[in-house]
Amino acid sequence: MDIRRPPPRSSSGGVEPRFRQVGFVTSAEPEAEPAPAASPPAPDGLSTGARSPVMIPPPLIPDHLHAPVPVPVPAPASESQSFMPSSPPPASSSRLEAASDLDDDDDVDVSWARPPPPALPEPYKRYLTEKKNEDAPASFSQKPKLSRAERRATQEAQRAAKAAAKEAGLKSTAMASDVNTKLSKQPKTAKTSLKKDMTQVNPPVASDKKTSVHPPDKDRKKDGPQPRMQFDNAHRVVKAKKRSIVNQSEAQNRVELFRHLPQYAHGTQLPDLESKFFQPDLMHPSVYKVGLQYLSGNISGGNARCIAMLLAFREAINDYSTPAEKILSRDLTAKISSFVSFLIECRPLSISMGNAIRFLKNRITKLPLTLSESEAKASLQSDVDRFINEKIIVADKVIVSHAVTKIRDDDVLLTYGSPSVIEMIFDHAHEIGKRFRVVVVDSRPNLEGQGLLRRLVAKGISCTYTHINAVSYIMHEATRVFLGASSVLSNGTVYSRAGTASVAMVAHAFGVPVLVCCEAYKFHERVQLDSICSNELGDPDAISRVPGGKSSSHLKNWADNENFHLLNLKYDITPSDYVSMLITDYGMLPPTSVPVIVREYRREHFIACTIDLLHWHGLLNHLGQSELPASKDCCFDTEQTPHMCADAKSKAFSALDMCSSPKGRGEPQHCCRLATPMGTLIPGSLQPDGPSTSPFSELSENVVRN
Amino acid sequence: MDFQVVVLAGGTSEKLSPLVSKDVPKALLPVANRPLLSYALDLLEASDLKDLIVVVEGQEAAQLVGAWVSSAYLDRLRVEVVAVSEDLGSAGALRAISKRLTANDILVISGDLVTDVLPGAVAATHRRNGAAVTALLCSVPVSGPSDSASSSGKDKAKKPNRLNIVVLDKTKHFLLHIVSGTDVEKDVRVHKRKIQAVGQMEIRSDLMDAHLYAFKRTILQDILEQKEAYRSIRLEVLPHLVRSQLRSDPSGNGTTVEETGNNAVLSSGNLQCLAQHRVIAPSAFNQDVLSRSRGGHRCCAYIATKSKYCHRLNSIQSYCDINRDVIGEASHLSGYSFSAQNNIIHPSSVLGSKTTIGPHCILAEGSQLGDKCSVKRSVIGRHCRIGSSVKIVNSVVMNHVVIEDGCHIQGSVVCNNVQLQERAVLKDCQIGAGYIVTTGSEHKAESLARK
Repeated sequence: MDIRRPPPRSSSGGVEPRFRQVGFVTSAEPEAEPAPAASPPAPDGLSTGARSPVMIPPPLIPDHLHAPVPVPVPAPASESQSFMPSSPPPASSSRLEAASDLDDDDDVDVSWARPPPPALPEPYKRYLTEKKNEDAPASFSQKPKLSRAERRATQEAQRAAKAAAKEAGLKSTAMASDVNTKLSKQPKTAKTSLKKDMTQVNPPVASDKKTSVHPPDKDRKKDGPQPRMQFDNAHRVVKAKKRSIVNQSEAQNRVELFRHLPQYAHGTQLPDLESKFFQPDLMHPSVYKVGLQYLSGNISGGNARCIAMLLAFREAINDYSTPAEKILSRDLTAKISSFVSFLIECRPLSISMGNAIRFLKNRITKLPLTLSESEAKASLQSDVDRFINEKIIVADKVIVSHAVTKIRDDDVLLTYGSPSVIEMIFDHAHEIGKRFRVVVVDSRPNLEGQGLLRRLVAKGISCTYTHINAVSYIMHEATRVFLGASSVLSNGTVYSRAGTASVAMVAHAFGVPVLVCCEAYKFHERVQLDSICSNELGDPDAISRVPGGKSSSHLKNWADNENFHLLNLKYDITPSDYVSMLITDYGMLPPTSVPVIVREYRREHFIACTIDLLHWHGLLNHLGQSELPASKDCCFDTEQTPHMCADAKSKAFSALDMCSSPKGRGEPQHCCRLATPMGTLIPGSLQPDGPSTSPFSELSENVVRN
Repeated sequence: MDFQVVVLAGGTSEKLSPLVSKDVPKALLPVANRPLLSYALDLLEASDLKDLIVVVEGQEAAQLVGAWVSSAYLDRLRVEVVAVSEDLGSAGALRAISKRLTANDILVISGDLVTDVLPGAVAATHRRNGAAVTALLCSVPVSGPSDSASSSGKDKAKKPNRLNIVVLDKTKHFLLHIVSGTDVEKDVRVHKRKIQAVGQMEIRSDLMDAHLYAFKRTILQDILEQKEAYRSIRLEVLPHLVRSQLRSDPSGNGTTVEETGNNAVLSSGNLQCLAQHRVIAPSAFNQDVLSRSRGGHRCCAYIATKSKYCHRLNSIQSYCDINRDVIGEASHLSGYSFSAQNNIIHPSSVLGSKTTIGPHCILAEGSQLGDKCSVKRSVIGRHCRIGSSVKIVNSVVMNHVVIEDGCHIQGSVVCNNVQLQERAVLKDCQIGAGYIVTTGSEHKAESLARK
């Protein structure tokens, strides 16, 4: 680039002034750009200006043009114009090349070096829109052939315009096109036109932003469970505030990196919620109660929160009656959604709760229309009970029975915080007479470990209590590390209480096996590489309060100091490298097997769908619109066993087989088109893939290193 | 929200004897020219509690209250005024209407409470903690606990003995022990079990029971049935609940998650128990105490912050205090809009020349004042006729009172239709309805009423 740079500079009077001017002027508005340039480009260094940080693609073309044409050839501008639109959109590889080229450049800003990957399409689009803008003046200026003197005049005008803009305190300057048109005009007029152009420029930028934000949102809605709200997007925050029940004011000084996460001034929500306590039809009482308990921290811990929520929903369903002219499945889903959004306002949902909600909503939408209201309610309530029982309580039991096998006599077990399942494991191991010692590692501000410690000591288990800053010291003694998890993501990453990662890493360094216990309903297909993008912020005051003496109240009025931020992160992620083994209700597995569980687990939902699908088909059949003699019986048969037992599963598949067999008259496509509750289903996906009769057999063989 | 509200409006209280009479039951006693009950009803209305049961002692009083409520709150509230026989006490009154209670939780509010603490806050605390009873505690008024008699002079030495003792846990959510003023002896006995369970407790004497409770209905009805002798909620029912909260037998199974897990079929109760697993901060209660949620219950407290106004009108002293506060520092409670001079003078009232009405005064409609009068920090009711050169300081003058020239009234309460003849001087007196104070008489710290 250094070599290449002089030619443009020397040819600044040469080939295609419009290009460079386009590039220059747009880039010369550093503040208007998303990524700020450190210094305004030198007035004569037009090409350096053209490589302003944001405009990645635009300068690309000049570069391409320059390379083959090093000598200023007085080519007609029209040629370059005609070339440019016809040129294929620059391949990403070439763009990267250019970027890396520029990377080497000494003069280039640091911000150059790391163009945010998702932003890449944006400048390109922007480039396109700008190109459109540029088209008109280009064709216009094509007529007068520019002499050298005129070009110099152009430059002078530009310089003057810039100076004027600076003087006027205008942070942003404008497009080249107008400078082109107003070649020999006075700076003043140029300035006014600059303003005019600014208004022109800004809208496309804004619209670009929108378009760049929206498509990923849509995608996420399809794939992910909940599109997370980004709380640094002021527009959306305002929108969300309008709908919210809890009147929240956001905390003032928040840490920059975590602005996308919600953080509210603590202590304002509860009184507000209390004052609205008796407002009629606000929320179902039990849901309200759970929300209050979340808000005040009375209920914490993944399982407890999830169970409390489900029980509240269960009660709400019990008291529910369908309004006139509404369908239960639709109306109840909307109702549940409103409950959920209320709960989110009280405290962000955990991933496990998201899974549970998804399950419940799925069950609601899959309710057969033939069911009466009371039957539907009873079925939903039993579904909720089943979920709690199977996915949490029995799952915990299974985990305990697995984990206990990993505890030997004279073990020293280290745990962090107060995970409920770990406590059960210790209790059970103690009950069956294993001799072991427990090291409870704790951390501020919650000091949950103290509760665990108290309960363990009360049961007669010998314990050691320490804080996390001593973990490297105490790790010598430990022979096993048992950790709980809020969620396990599909790349094996463990999402858990902040501090877990440190404990796991220290254990890894010391060669102590790390066993993470987590119910499978907490698994999630999301992949997360850092704990920044998705996390929860706690009350910052909680860490500013230091117990003991007045001398430690240095952080008393921290909120008044705008240079000071407190960060109370609730979760962190532990890379799967540091996890020796995952103990779940499906057995003990390496963290790499999480995707399998997630897939199988999803399939359970999925089979539920297929059964309902078949039911639909049967219904249709019943109406006489279609005939499906082979699978009819099966359809209703499976319908009668809504439980997701293996039995029903096999039945479902056998029914499917019949369905999809070429002899059967009802083809899978047929029901797919019918399957409104399912959305769009690809017929092929109905095929059970692989030996699915015992989906976990492969897993159970998946013996874990220990 | 599944709450039922019971307002205990009382009857004709003995304590307020010259002020309250057959014609003016306690509920209708004017405070800043509004019936006392209206403060409680307005508070409830502001919290969207529109279905109320108002319990009044005595048929006649109930009729009066019912007539007033139906005229004043015709379209705003659905109030059911229930008359119970007199001298039942607050617990007895609740027992009498216990058949009407159907909701899960009952909010019991005393009709003589003048406060701006939101009932929703108490109810929310109650719900959040799943408590058997939640009591509103407020700080003791500056003028001493309202239990102390009105003629305070000599009682002042005894005041320390008349404190309420409230024992709270460390988180200030749970009520562990409560002894009301009259029962306080030299020693306060706190059961060892409680100390063992909690580890750390906070004993306070600067709090008093504001007589606003949220009860769990089943527990309340059980107690009312079993303990038929109980007459007062504050003195008997609440202490009983508080006492019995840790009484369930210690062997009563540590119902922890493991146990529930062992049951193949889970009853809903067990699920609830699991959900409440560590509902209370572990630092507050030991595990075994916590898990005894089946047998035991929890008594919670909601402590009103200092900035909130919370007073009960149960003595003449408190009547004067509340009158003063409602037109003074807690003027937002009165519902009136004060003028720039911080007072309210009804446009229909007539003032003589050189008559001054100071700040924190209310002059109601139709009252006339002669020349050179001076009114400071006082409430004057409707259609009073006040002569010249009258001084009224720190007093309450009710409706249709005639005060002739040259009277001095200080720190007194003058009831309806009283006639003060010329140059009467009253200091710290209570004049019952219809009484006639003769010319030139001087009274100090007396309670005068028509025989």
